[in-house]
Amino acid sequence: MSFLELRQVSKSYGSGSNEVHAVKDVNLAVERGSLIAVMGPSGSGKSTLLTIAGSLEEPTSGEVFIEGASVQAMSRNERARLRRRTIGYVFQEFNLLAGLSAVENVSLPLELDGLSAKKARVVGMSVLEELGLADRATHYPDELSGGERQRVAIARAVVGERHLLLADEPSGALDSTNGEAVMRLMLAACKRGVAAVVVTHDAQLASWADRVVFLRDGRVVDQTVPPPSPESILEETSSSRPRR
Amino acid sequence: MSVRHAILALLSEGPKYGLQLQKEFESSTGEIWPLNIGQVYTTLQRLERDGLVESDEAESEGPQKGFRITEAGTEELSSWLNTPPDMTSPPRDELVIKVLSALRVPGVSVHDVIQVHRRYLVELMQQWTRLKEDESDFDLSFALVVDAELFRLDAVVRWLDAADGRLKRAVAEPATVPSGPRFARRLVVRR
Repeated sequence: MSFLELRQVSKSYGSGSNEVHAVKDVNLAVERGSLIAVMGPSGSGKSTLLTIAGSLEEPTSGEVFIEGASVQAMSRNERARLRRRTIGYVFQEFNLLAGLSAVENVSLPLELDGLSAKKARVVGMSVLEELGLADRATHYPDELSGGERQRVAIARAVVGERHLLLADEPSGALDSTNGEAVMRLMLAACKRGVAAVVVTHDAQLASWADRVVFLRDGRVVDQTVPPPSPESILEETSSSRPRR
Repeated sequence: MSVRHAILALLSEGPKYGLQLQKEFESSTGEIWPLNIGQVYTTLQRLERDGLVESDEAESEGPQKGFRITEAGTEELSSWLNTPPDMTSPPRDELVIKVLSALRVPGVSVHDVIQVHRRYLVELMQQWTRLKEDESDFDLSFALVVDAELFRLDAVVRWLDAADGRLKRAVAEPATVPSGPRFARRLVVRR
């Protein structure tokens, strides 16, 4: 069973002749342990797709299933709990709270979920340690570099055993080295059994994914087939590379 | 790929044997470019003929023969390192021609043609990225070579994205066709 499944999901705004389809008839299944990239230009519906997958927005039609349960059939409370306990979001602008230190930002979702501040901090600290940020724990967002802020945002998204990681252009304005670090963290989360979706227009980021889905005008138009073993490209390279 | 200059670069560290040069060349390119020993010796012979390297005396012919860089070789190497390679675009880029041709063929969607190539390129990028996934068996030269490939492929994907967007806008807001004769526009390729 897929951890996240979108069935015939559509989202439109306006009505009649002014109706705009942001997302149209999208089917998407994401297993635990796999990283899916959704690639498309601005305005292709990527972000809308992600907010629907994360239950932040309602589809106009179609259904979203998380662990086999229909999100549309849930009560408001159930949905809020799902967002707190199961889904982690990473946004382009990181969205860290300026008045909280790194570890407080990371442990906040646990506190909101009813864990004591002290216990939440212990868990938050262990996630920061895993991501190599232990020495930044007491720093405030404005004391962190862009790359560090985004790593803190990822720590916050995966804290407390959440199993669905949704990221919208997670490398934002970071340089390629930091962008790579972000993708390595997402991949590491997947190795621990998280299902992840990253939406991006950046092919280098998307190429970290197990599968890349291409979106155009709100529709899935294509997707990559799983690549053969990594070594095959080297064989191909050495035989086809022109020699001088 | 200039094997000649790569060999000069390896010799700039100190005298070496042919077999050693072959091994070091391969490891310095992250094992991505294989080089056969015959090519190493042919290149060394030419470098010696041109006075850029010199070898041990004739009695030690064969694999034990050592080579070292000459002063002229050091100068040649320095000048090569600082000379930009020819980056003028090739006169005909096959992918560009395919996309331009797709515009002319009735019944063909240029967006679909672009997508075929985009997917192929992203799949290729996935393979390269997978190679750098495991940081532990991943040396610096290899990382640099893989990055170079990824940036090269990424540039092509970006061009396809830009072309896709430009074509979409052109359909939405057709440009007014100039009435006079068109300016002859040619890419000037300096060689």
